[in-house]
Amino acid sequence: MSSIALIGAIELGLVFGLVGLGVYLSFRVLNFPDLTVDGSFPLGGGVAAALIVADADPWLASLAAAAAGAVAGLVTGWLNVRLKILHLLASILTMIALFSINLRIMGRPNVALLGESTVFTPFEGLGLPAIWLQPMVFLAVVVVATLLVDLYLLSEIGLALRATGANPRVARAQGVRTDRAILAGLAVSNALVALAGALFAQSQGGADVSMGVGIIVVGLAAVIVGETLVPGRGVVLGTIASVVGSIVYRLAIALALNADILGLKAQDLNLVTAVLVALALTLPGLRRSRGARLAGGRP
Amino acid sequence: MTDSRIARAVAGLVLACAALTAPDRAWSQTKSVAVTAIVDHPALNAVRDGVRDELKARGFEEGRNLRFEYESAQGNTGTAAQIARKFVGDRPDVIVPISTPSAQAVAAATKDIPIVFSAVTDPVAAKLVTSLERPGGNVTGVSDLSPIRKHLELVARVVPTAKRLGVVFNPGETNAVVLVELVRKHAPEFGMTVVEASAPRSSDVLAAARSLVGKVDAIYVPTDNTVVSAVEAVVKVGIDSKIPVFAGDTDTVKRGAIAAVGFNYYDVGRQTGQLVLRILEGAKPGDLPVQGVEITELHVNPEAAKRMGVTLPQAVLSEAKVVVQ
Repeated sequence: MSSIALIGAIELGLVFGLVGLGVYLSFRVLNFPDLTVDGSFPLGGGVAAALIVADADPWLASLAAAAAGAVAGLVTGWLNVRLKILHLLASILTMIALFSINLRIMGRPNVALLGESTVFTPFEGLGLPAIWLQPMVFLAVVVVATLLVDLYLLSEIGLALRATGANPRVARAQGVRTDRAILAGLAVSNALVALAGALFAQSQGGADVSMGVGIIVVGLAAVIVGETLVPGRGVVLGTIASVVGSIVYRLAIALALNADILGLKAQDLNLVTAVLVALALTLPGLRRSRGARLAGGRP
Repeated sequence: MTDSRIARAVAGLVLACAALTAPDRAWSQTKSVAVTAIVDHPALNAVRDGVRDELKARGFEEGRNLRFEYESAQGNTGTAAQIARKFVGDRPDVIVPISTPSAQAVAAATKDIPIVFSAVTDPVAAKLVTSLERPGGNVTGVSDLSPIRKHLELVARVVPTAKRLGVVFNPGETNAVVLVELVRKHAPEFGMTVVEASAPRSSDVLAAARSLVGKVDAIYVPTDNTVVSAVEAVVKVGIDSKIPVFAGDTDTVKRGAIAAVGFNYYDVGRQTGQLVLRILEGAKPGDLPVQGVEITELHVNPEAAKRMGVTLPQAVLSEAKVVVQ
């Protein structure tokens, strides 16, 4: 594997680590299967790209993208909490609606950013080698995001969020306003995913409406691989694990792409993903050899 | 360490060095071309095969003096980005990205390895090149922009009474949106107005085509991957409601459209291969103008025409390169 492919894998792992964080919040902490992310990822990319093309500051554009993602999360939450639509269905509704909204925001299916100023532009004068620049910027963003999410989850509001996910009835009995917790959790989750979309679009030369395809799978793979590789439970470890899982997942894909000897091709990626997730689920159980642990159980 | 062991170690080292340098010498004569597409799709695969065959016809054969690598991103932009990084790390002589998203991912990953894109409808809007005539930088390629005026002319020749033209397309597909804009721009020249029907997924195509019944005199299906993959649904509506269906690509004529002036993607691939060869021979991508599709041909399907209630004029029939029976 060339160093560019390796660093590229880590870089993508970091970006999708934000998706992992978002999915960890909704699926694991809040116990809310949220498919909105397939729409909020391209939403983030589209908002950022449209603003950058209109000469907005790339960092502000990325923050605006995160805000748009938060709104998307709120819509899903509102459909679920206020209109009592089943959580999975509510998120699917928002996801398909976002396809049309993304087209409106972008004005066309693909907004190119090649040659535009991006979040990386301010750092290009620092003399960092080009292949290191993007991963370093992403690393900084992911570290900050992980810290903020941890602080959030450890705060009193975060505690309400975790209680809502663990047992909404008991949480309500204890005076937790579970509706608010769901809305807040989904907003933060989708803001993270949209931020990932914004950064990804800027590193990839453009936003495309189709870039949300399979994002939920990528996020889930990150969460599950991470949970297995990082032993121990608790939200701080959980958030770190999601980012680590995302990087490992990308490294596995890079390995599949570069395993010419094994004869693996990109079309085998789905199989590799399935094997990887299955291994991640079963290995710890085998190691402990103390009966089968319920794989993928809640933290 | 005994003498014999030292001797063996030295011999081993020499052998290792020989083994390492031998392929190195072969490498210098071998050219490498890396091809990637956003998804496995008959048209995109035809482009890839065209590139490979053109290189072979001109003396670059896989396994002999050419390393030809192909990866498909399976429709996933994250994977497309990763394939781009892998290719850039491998440093091939030329990278050939097929389709707009793949081309953007590769162009974002390298500013020095020559890139020859293919099947990109609007390379300027995709910011791959700043101008078609003088691309500059490390990028050139072949655009697959359909000859829309020719398509509309064909509709006008076969159905002279057509005043309202229905277009079924996926608003999420960059290429399709560009084509529909062109249809809207050129339709007045032929006295036609355009009625749009959008189909974001293949499963929406039937409903979209049905929505045009009673509102249009003819239906045009542009080279839109989503709609073309389910074009039988449009053909069915055409037959049921006696609305002639025209296509933007010739393959669709076999599947029941009346006629199309098109090109086949294999030829686009061959043309792309010629650009690749010029770069292998030492030309700079930035000096090679972006090319449009050179070879077009007319395909007709008289049986389909009959079932949709029109007869193909003799003049059109005699011009056809392929008459589907």
